[in-house]
Amino acid sequence: MVNSIILNAATRLLVALLLLFSVYMLLRGHNLPGGGFIGGLIGATGFVLYAMAHGAEPARAALRFEPQNIAMTGLGIALAAGVYAVFFGEAFFTGQWWFIGATEDDKGLPISSVLVFDIGVYLVVLGSILTLVLALEEEV
Amino acid sequence: MPRVYGGPAGWISVLVPAAIFVWFLQFLAPVAAGEQVLIGTDWVPSMDIRLSFLIDGLSLTFGLLISGIGALVTLYSTKYLGNHPEYPRFVLFLLLFMVGMLGLVLSDNLIALFVFWEVTTISSYLLIGFDSDSAKSRRSALQALLLTGTGGLALLAGMILLGNAAGSFELSEILTMGDEIRAHEHYIPILILFLAGAFTKSAQFPFHFWLPNAMAAPTPVSAYLHSATMVKAGVYLMARMNPTLGGTEPWFWALVIAGGFTTVFASLLAVRQTDIKQVLAYTTLMALGALTLFIGAGTSSAIKAAMIFLVVHSLYKAALFLMIGIVDHETGTREVDRLRGLARKMPITFVAGSLAAISMAGIPPFFGFIGKEFLYKAGLELEVASLWVTGTIFAASVLMFMAAGISVARPFLGRTPEALSSTHEGPAAMWIGPLILGGLSLWFGLFPDLPELWLVAPATWAVYGSTAVAVDLYLFREVNAAFILSMVTFATGFVLYLARDRIRALLARIIAANPIKFDPGWDRVLDGLKALAEWQTGILQSGVLQRYMVITFVTLAIGMGMTIWAKDALGPVVLNLAATFDDLVFMHWAVLLFITSGALLTAYTSSRMTAVAALGVVGIGVALIFIMFSAPDVAITQLLVETLTVVLVAVAMLKLPHLELRNEKRRPGHAALSLVVGALVTIVIVAVVQGDLDRRLTDYFEIASWPEAFGRNIVNVILVDFRALDTFGEIAVVVIAALSAYALLRGTQYRRVKRGEDD
Repeated sequence: MVNSIILNAATRLLVALLLLFSVYMLLRGHNLPGGGFIGGLIGATGFVLYAMAHGAEPARAALRFEPQNIAMTGLGIALAAGVYAVFFGEAFFTGQWWFIGATEDDKGLPISSVLVFDIGVYLVVLGSILTLVLALEEEV
Repeated sequence: MPRVYGGPAGWISVLVPAAIFVWFLQFLAPVAAGEQVLIGTDWVPSMDIRLSFLIDGLSLTFGLLISGIGALVTLYSTKYLGNHPEYPRFVLFLLLFMVGMLGLVLSDNLIALFVFWEVTTISSYLLIGFDSDSAKSRRSALQALLLTGTGGLALLAGMILLGNAAGSFELSEILTMGDEIRAHEHYIPILILFLAGAFTKSAQFPFHFWLPNAMAAPTPVSAYLHSATMVKAGVYLMARMNPTLGGTEPWFWALVIAGGFTTVFASLLAVRQTDIKQVLAYTTLMALGALTLFIGAGTSSAIKAAMIFLVVHSLYKAALFLMIGIVDHETGTREVDRLRGLARKMPITFVAGSLAAISMAGIPPFFGFIGKEFLYKAGLELEVASLWVTGTIFAASVLMFMAAGISVARPFLGRTPEALSSTHEGPAAMWIGPLILGGLSLWFGLFPDLPELWLVAPATWAVYGSTAVAVDLYLFREVNAAFILSMVTFATGFVLYLARDRIRALLARIIAANPIKFDPGWDRVLDGLKALAEWQTGILQSGVLQRYMVITFVTLAIGMGMTIWAKDALGPVVLNLAATFDDLVFMHWAVLLFITSGALLTAYTSSRMTAVAALGVVGIGVALIFIMFSAPDVAITQLLVETLTVVLVAVAMLKLPHLELRNEKRRPGHAALSLVVGALVTIVIVAVVQGDLDRRLTDYFEIASWPEAFGRNIVNVILVDFRALDTFGEIAVVVIAALSAYALLRGTQYRRVKRGEDD
């Protein structure tokens, strides 16, 4: 924890921005630079910043869940996204796609098991890094 | 409230083997007619591993013994261990073992056979160590596991060699190509590896010592695993492979010498024991030796004799183990000197034990007599080593006679001492097993047509590899050499039994004088192994981060240097190096300068924080390179990882003291190593870039990314779709690494708290 007014003040804005940006990066990843891994890293950076400004305890409170649980949940989501394809008789981890509200002219909103998998990656990266950083913060 | 007959775990454990036994009965008729039944399904088709089962005479005989004796032993266990708090666990292990053993003898695929082989090894470990509070049990269990496990690995290697030599892993195919295998250039390695597996499993000398130690297991386990079934897995393997590997000089001598030596050696040790369970353990070794000996001898009559003896031994030995278990259960001791006159107190156990013991002694009209007669007959008929085979089996039979006396006549006959006057008969569930097995020993002796037709003949055909062998069991036909030898055996055995105390004293003196002790020797081997591990761990895992880095980078440098030297790649690289520099534009030079200054600052600063930050500069420079060569995803990742690394290391270092340059003297060395590694990496990269890049994968992903995966960002599409399984593996590693690091951090905290309490 660093006692700096500038950091404390900036953190309030930056953390929100970073978290929003991380989700943005996660969602755009399929077509543009980004993805679950990068998104997770940005999200983690946000919480690390918060932890540095306000301490590990408030950061944990802000996170709501234990970071290791977040990581494990992410792993479970990624696995579920992979296993999902098996129910349709396809190979493990074959992407499944839905186009919600598709019409003749518009392809609709594409949702896929690949995105679910990427969300899993996001949570794993976020959770793992925070597990480490918060434990280290509390240790020293 | 104590469980009645072990509760549901008890009756399930009895019904399962009983049902399997009944199921096997349907195969008796076709197999007796000389047929083979093949059942199978693909398991790992890509690796040619099938889950296929072969039911022929040999596997059916084994299958019936395993399931039949299994049912009796589990019934026995309901009373013997039914009130034990861990009884369900025991049943689980025992059934696991039974599945492994049945799979082993039925498998038609070598790899599947190996898997089941290991299942028996592991379940045997769990069962020997069942009394896990006792250090002796744990040691015995580990010893058995390590020895048979090592043999198992040798066996796997042998199976792979054999499978490659034969071009198939299916036993039913391999068995028909014996001539090709025996002429194959890898025949000798295959043989050695197979025998290493079989000898360790079946406790042949010099791997014999684990078996008597394994008697630390509860008695039902000893009766089941270490006499009737598991230790016969090695015998099964040798018998099974006989048509393929057998019949050569190395096979003959390896089996005949090891088997013969084990036979005599084990029977001598058997009569020396005072614990009756140990007597039985060593006679089991003797039987395994005899089976090895006769399978090795390989003539049709020797195989026939081995198969008869296999059935004979399984029946009487399981019965005797169960009998001594009842005695132990009721009196609390197995010491031969303290047991006397139990016949009046435990009449049924006495009858069951006697039936088995008479069969073991080889007295007519019991099945054991037939077994012994055929062993003698086969031994005398041998053209090579006849004297050795007959001699060992004679010596063993004499001592067996004596051992039978020690284990049954001695504790049951005579006057009951005061200490044992309140002993009473064991429960029915316990004596029914030995009674049936002992009864069968008599029944099979009186009506030898039964085992001949259903068990021995089909098994002999399977082992000998031909149905042309006539199998005709009889109790008595004429006074021949074998019969006379039997009579001499009884006379000698009886004399020796009367003189047992003197013989035992003599044996004890000889054993005490013998300097080679296998069991303590085993400990020394293990200690040596531990010392070696400690020594090399001390060198490689010093706990000093600097040394780890040096070892890692020296290894890296040697590896790369050797490769470059071997491939002669240095010359063209140096020639092209100048040309490489020509292509650099101003921006490249700027980034290069940026990275180099970061690296130099890291090396020269005396502040940890500055070093970490300067290393971050290097990382950001690398990210710039990625941007210049249009790889935005990689660049972003690199930047973020770099940022987080700096934060992480900085947090960790906040509390560390100012960096004292204590290692000033080592710095030139480290600098030289860095330069070498850097130069080598540069050479490798330049060499790689010079060659033509294989663009097939890149092209494929470029084309397929949009139409097949609906994504334009190829990097991301590869990560989450084309190569999703890899990514999944990676994120699993990330989680594991984070949790391990977390455990380490929390571990120190916990210790600190604990220490605080102690203070």
